[in-house]
Amino acid sequence: MCPEPEAALTAPHSLEYTYKRSLGPILSQFFTALRDRRMLAVRRSDGSVLMPPKEYDPDTGASLDGMIEISSEGVVRSWSWVSKPRRQQPLDHAFAYALIQLDGADTTFLHVVDAVEEGSMSTGMRVAARWKAETTGSMTDFVFVPVSSK
Amino acid sequence: MRDVAVVGFEQSPCVRREQNRNEVEVLVPVLRALREQTGVAGADCDFICSGSSDYLAGQSFAFVSGLDAVGAWPPVSESHVEMDGAWALYEAWVKIQMGQAETALVYGFGKPSMGDLPMTMALQLDPYCVMPLWPDAISMAGLQARHCLDAGVLTEREMAAAAARDRRHAMQNSNAQLRWDRSVDEILAEPYLANPLRKSDCAPISDGASAILLAAGDRAREICERPAWIRGIEHICEPIDLGVRDLGRSRSTQIAAEKAGVGSGKIDVAELSAPFTHQEILVERALGLSLDSSSQTVVNPSGGALAGNPLMAVGLSRIGECASRIFSGEADRGVAHATSGPCLQQNLICVLEGE
Repeated sequence: MCPEPEAALTAPHSLEYTYKRSLGPILSQFFTALRDRRMLAVRRSDGSVLMPPKEYDPDTGASLDGMIEISSEGVVRSWSWVSKPRRQQPLDHAFAYALIQLDGADTTFLHVVDAVEEGSMSTGMRVAARWKAETTGSMTDFVFVPVSSK
Repeated sequence: MRDVAVVGFEQSPCVRREQNRNEVEVLVPVLRALREQTGVAGADCDFICSGSSDYLAGQSFAFVSGLDAVGAWPPVSESHVEMDGAWALYEAWVKIQMGQAETALVYGFGKPSMGDLPMTMALQLDPYCVMPLWPDAISMAGLQARHCLDAGVLTEREMAAAAARDRRHAMQNSNAQLRWDRSVDEILAEPYLANPLRKSDCAPISDGASAILLAAGDRAREICERPAWIRGIEHICEPIDLGVRDLGRSRSTQIAAEKAGVGSGKIDVAELSAPFTHQEILVERALGLSLDSSSQTVVNPSGGALAGNPLMAVGLSRIGECASRIFSGEADRGVAHATSGPCLQQNLICVLEGE
């Protein structure tokens, strides 16, 4: 039997990672808090605060579980300028990737600063999280924006 | 410990785009040349190990086809690492140490030109907290470079000097991709590609392949007139998150260098695989090599990764470039470096010596 051309079976093919992942006890709290526009970090055994939190201490491998809420404002410790963002990147206009140390945290983490221009970026500048209207519990729920100096 | 040596090295030219050849077609002439150089065919080796990345090919198990360049019939004893070929060499060295092989063929290959490499590199990052932001490899390196500049660890002039030195050395290397002679001032006059990095601070994107033959003891002496004996080889990994590392030094390089015994003798030649100028300076310092011109160590006579950067082969090529200078008698003792992960996360150090 020869099927009519319009009867040919078709199926969409998209290359993707379709597994559901469990984030574990620490990161699931962290991402759930992001959805509520709150920043959670974890305290290490030496008292320092790790942001983003980890299930295990990156230096000692010790299990960590003392979650604390910290500020969503902080300081830029390093930055690099993206003048022509690529399609996948979080903003469609020029921006900076930055290592940001939130107030209350002892470590920096990589995120995005939506600055008007390269000249408005500097190490040591203060930034604050600007949340999306709709949060989903992911790192792309927010970007940082410069806080004007008082 | 068994005495194991590099007894042969071949590589393809580093080119921006292998337009008409697939990975196997790039590898075949390299392996044929290695066979002519050593008299040993890959398929006759006791062990074969390769380094490549399926992320570059965009296809799972793409590395399996690489074996076609060797010939997999009759069956061979073979392994693969999703890492630079330098780590494949480490696995082969362990295999020989265990007494399970006398000879081993190691090769690495990659065609990053098939994708957008700086973005492909983002796929190696923390999949939850970092990768969703798609930081490209140049931006990641820029964060480290600015940290070094702000902290006074190094200067843009020192970075430009590294850029100039490597491309000038590469003028003697027909396999290199970037070969030019420009002054430090000319480089500093370039606009930023991604502030604080200029184009000259970045390694090129290169397609290419390289291969090394390893042999133990007397077998090595039969194959090669002056084998490059592996006196120390070590690799150390740091946490992947930039925020918990000291970005102003390469601690893992330093530890690996100590364990590999870099400091226990003079170093005639050093071949470094750092893909950005500030990283090259950090690696040089971690190895205890001086930047001043009175130093007896020739750093990157081939031009290093900054002159030719065939991802997944570039580190293996550093070991080969170092070894070939021992084969020729030009050097008696050398150190080769390979790196993996963002901003020098993981580093491998290999100390080679002639007899």
